[in-house]
Amino acid sequence: MAGSLSDCHRRFLQSLMCNGIIVRSKAIALHRNCCEVHNTHYTRDGLDEFIDLINSHLEPLFMQIRKSVSEEDGLQYYALVNMAETDITRMSSDYADNELELFRKTMDLIVDSESGRASSTDILNCADSLNTRKMKKKETELLLTRLVRDKWLNEKHGEYTLSTRCIMEMEQYIQKIYQDMVKTCAICHNVVFQSQMCDNMSCGIKMHIPCVAKYFKGRSDPQCPVCNAFWPHEIPEIRDTAQVPLEMENTAPTPSTSHSRRRR
Amino acid sequence: MQAELGKCVLHPVCLSRQVIEDDEEDLSFTLPSSSQVQRGMDRLTSAEVDRKVAEVVQFILIKDQKKVPIKRADIIKNVIKENRNIYPEIMKKVNMTFEKVFGLKLVEIDVKNHAFILVNNLELDLPSPPKRQIYCYGLLFVILSVIFMKGGAVKEAVVWNTLKKLRVDPGERHEEFGDVKKLLTDEFVRQKYLEYARIPHTDPPEHEFRWGLRAESEVSKTRLLEFVAQLHEKEPQNWPKQYKEATTSDARSSQAS
Repeated sequence: MAGSLSDCHRRFLQSLMCNGIIVRSKAIALHRNCCEVHNTHYTRDGLDEFIDLINSHLEPLFMQIRKSVSEEDGLQYYALVNMAETDITRMSSDYADNELELFRKTMDLIVDSESGRASSTDILNCADSLNTRKMKKKETELLLTRLVRDKWLNEKHGEYTLSTRCIMEMEQYIQKIYQDMVKTCAICHNVVFQSQMCDNMSCGIKMHIPCVAKYFKGRSDPQCPVCNAFWPHEIPEIRDTAQVPLEMENTAPTPSTSHSRRRR
Repeated sequence: MQAELGKCVLHPVCLSRQVIEDDEEDLSFTLPSSSQVQRGMDRLTSAEVDRKVAEVVQFILIKDQKKVPIKRADIIKNVIKENRNIYPEIMKKVNMTFEKVFGLKLVEIDVKNHAFILVNNLELDLPSPPKRQIYCYGLLFVILSVIFMKGGAVKEAVVWNTLKKLRVDPGERHEEFGDVKKLLTDEFVRQKYLEYARIPHTDPPEHEFRWGLRAESEVSKTRLLEFVAQLHEKEPQNWPKQYKEATTSDARSSQAS
């Protein structure tokens, strides 16, 4: 291990665990705040090194702080991810067996779809044919609300997608279970769900929407990077990274500026 | 007070979840002798021991999500299993890991039944928890203050009246707290912040509230008294009995840590 951790690192880690997943701009603010609170020297571009040190201590525990780009807004996010595949990780006590089965079926729907989205209607239909224990409409709706609240799924206009955190945490599992059914993005080579696909039938490569925006930026004549066929889809505007993301959670931590010492 | 930790645990493997049975008691386990521990340690490679430590740490973080104390029996049954003779060594490393990596402390709050909770070891303010949690802990703090100032136990009627003065009616559904009665008599009790016990020989049955084991461990009585004193614009010493109780209690818990 490189060096030992200080309270500064621990506070950052606790905060991250508290919030599940945070966007890079908030992670940077949190890093600065933790350094201030614990009177540690702060370097502006020191976030990745800071996290690397924490990760060196998390590695023997089969945990890592990973970063990943969101399929929704193209921004970078950080989350604490479980890397182990041991017995004990089955013991998450948040969801019942039939709830987990429904979640798996939702994932099946998303993987099978071209758009990377599952409609609430289709999910409700699945609820009716569960092996463990059927779920009624109201139960299913409550479960979906919880899954969104706990940041496993995102919901927009009645359609559900896998959240950034879900993809980060489940990547190994997804590739193991779904194998060839899940594609990787032709640009960033990460697993892709919500995508644009090349129209050329003998090509069929997929790209993340934010990757499309970046790759085709400023090009008047977009062509598939693999087969050069005309790219017929609408090229989205690239998001300015300085903008606050509209869709992703606003529940990331805001650094507290007041701190009173708790005397014991 | 404790923030909600370890939320990152819906692991893919847990999608085929087993049900864990919680052991009610831990009668069959006695701590091994140091020579037994040594023999046990020799049988496992250090990599295997570290692996067990990692598993216990994850197990505790997952269980701690529920804010219910973690039983030693569960740790042994579900994680340590056949290696129970090196349980002390594993737990020593687990404790160290929680302190060094997470800034948390594993505190045995129930010495008889061997149950633990995770408390925050960092001195300063916690990272911001979700809004509801802040409100709930605010409410809890008020209730704990009332109980403390009144000598350690209060009839439930006193608590309900206090809440009414704060415009929180236990009979009605509250916007932030929901079912307030359930919050106090069920949720906070399960989390060991409060105790809600029946007063014997009362008919119709009455209950009283006391501090729970987690509150004893996590909440500074000195700080609480200072808070009350500030409200009355007086000095904490104005309540000699509580002042004495606060200083003794805090001295005791800093000794134990």
